[in-house]
Amino acid sequence: MASRKTSQRSQPDGDKYSVLLPTYNERENLPLIVWLLVKYFGESGYKYEIIVIDDGSPDGTLEVAEQLQQIYGEDKILLRPRAKKLGLGTAYIHGIKHATGNFIIIMDADLSHHPKFIPEFIEKQKEGNYDLVSGTRYRGNGGVYGWDLRRKIISRGANFVTQVLLRPGASDLTGSFRLYKKEVLESLVEQCVSKGYVFQMEMIVRARQLNFTIGEVPISFVDRVYGESKLGGNEIVSFLKGLLTLFATT
Amino acid sequence: MTKLLEWVGGVLVLGAAWALVTFDLLDLSLPQTYKEVAWPMPLYLLVTFGCYSLATVGYRVATFNDCEEAAKELQEQIKEAKEDLRKKGLKI
Ligand SMILES: Nc1nc2c(ncn2[C@@H]2O[C@H](COP(=O)(O)OP(=O)(O)O)[C@@H](O)[C@H]2O)c(=O)[nH]1
Ligand SMILES: [Mg+2]
Repeated sequence: MASRKTSQRSQPDGDKYSVLLPTYNERENLPLIVWLLVKYFGESGYKYEIIVIDDGSPDGTLEVAEQLQQIYGEDKILLRPRAKKLGLGTAYIHGIKHATGNFIIIMDADLSHHPKFIPEFIEKQKEGNYDLVSGTRYRGNGGVYGWDLRRKIISRGANFVTQVLLRPGASDLTGSFRLYKKEVLESLVEQCVSKGYVFQMEMIVRARQLNFTIGEVPISFVDRVYGESKLGGNEIVSFLKGLLTLFATT
Repeated sequence: MTKLLEWVGGVLVLGAAWALVTFDLLDLSLPQTYKEVAWPMPLYLLVTFGCYSLATVGYRVATFNDCEEAAKELQEQIKEAKEDLRKKGLKI
């Protein structure tokens, strides 16, 4: 039993990474994202745990999560479900409380954020001892898949307006694939008041305001294959509202 | 200071400088050409900024990477993952 450790490259430091996976109706995606996380963390040898925060998904996501816990072990997969859908922002707060790592990785469970970038995030963080590292679709080799021209124009346009008005010092504000020092995330979450979509934007704007350092890693964003997006609809309206709120308050 | 206040401050300073020259508020008896250049300046700046914005957004849309490779890689990995998970006893 004890010899299992030798198969992994040992890391000299004691860093541990807690991945927060908020899920709502992700029964098809959850096993796949967990499998990929285990694969890339296994290969890179960093210590980690995966915290699944399911909000009472009617499709039985939690039941799938329990099976995954059986397969990969209770030290790797932690289940911290909540009884009903209470939103993404509070899901993170709930997850942080149970995280034992000194770093926290936030990502979507819908496979649009690929775990292969996590080792890059970690290296980037170590390189400049950054307080947070943000994935970006808008720089370097970053990009998207499955977006039509209309969506690209809206995305780039919205990003440009945001850059001009807020000068946030980060290129991707609405993406939610990020690595934080735990105490940094805790203090940010405490300050942030927005809900849903705007939450990610407020987090990084406040980070800059509080003089936290930000590193960036280009990521490819592949639109979800299974299930459907829970946001959408009035996304543009809530984006504009959030932007103006941040413009007036930060 | 909020971003809103920064913007208001910036606009006020620029606006004051513009009014000073255009209407010669301090009676500096500036040459007439100064006034003629200053008067339409706000419009020029707006048009320039508009063009810059359109060009920038247009360029960025045109150069927005399509990650075909990433999508293909993901599809392969999904297949591999499903097979492996089935072997490990996952029932969906
Ligand atoms: N726990 C929890 N997770 C949520 C909730 N809403 C969305 N999610 C998850 O948050 C992630 C992003 O949501 P998604 O619908 O893909 O948003 P989009 O990528 O912006 O379209 C996914 O992993 C969802 O399952 C919620 O109310 N509670
Ligand atoms: Mg998504």
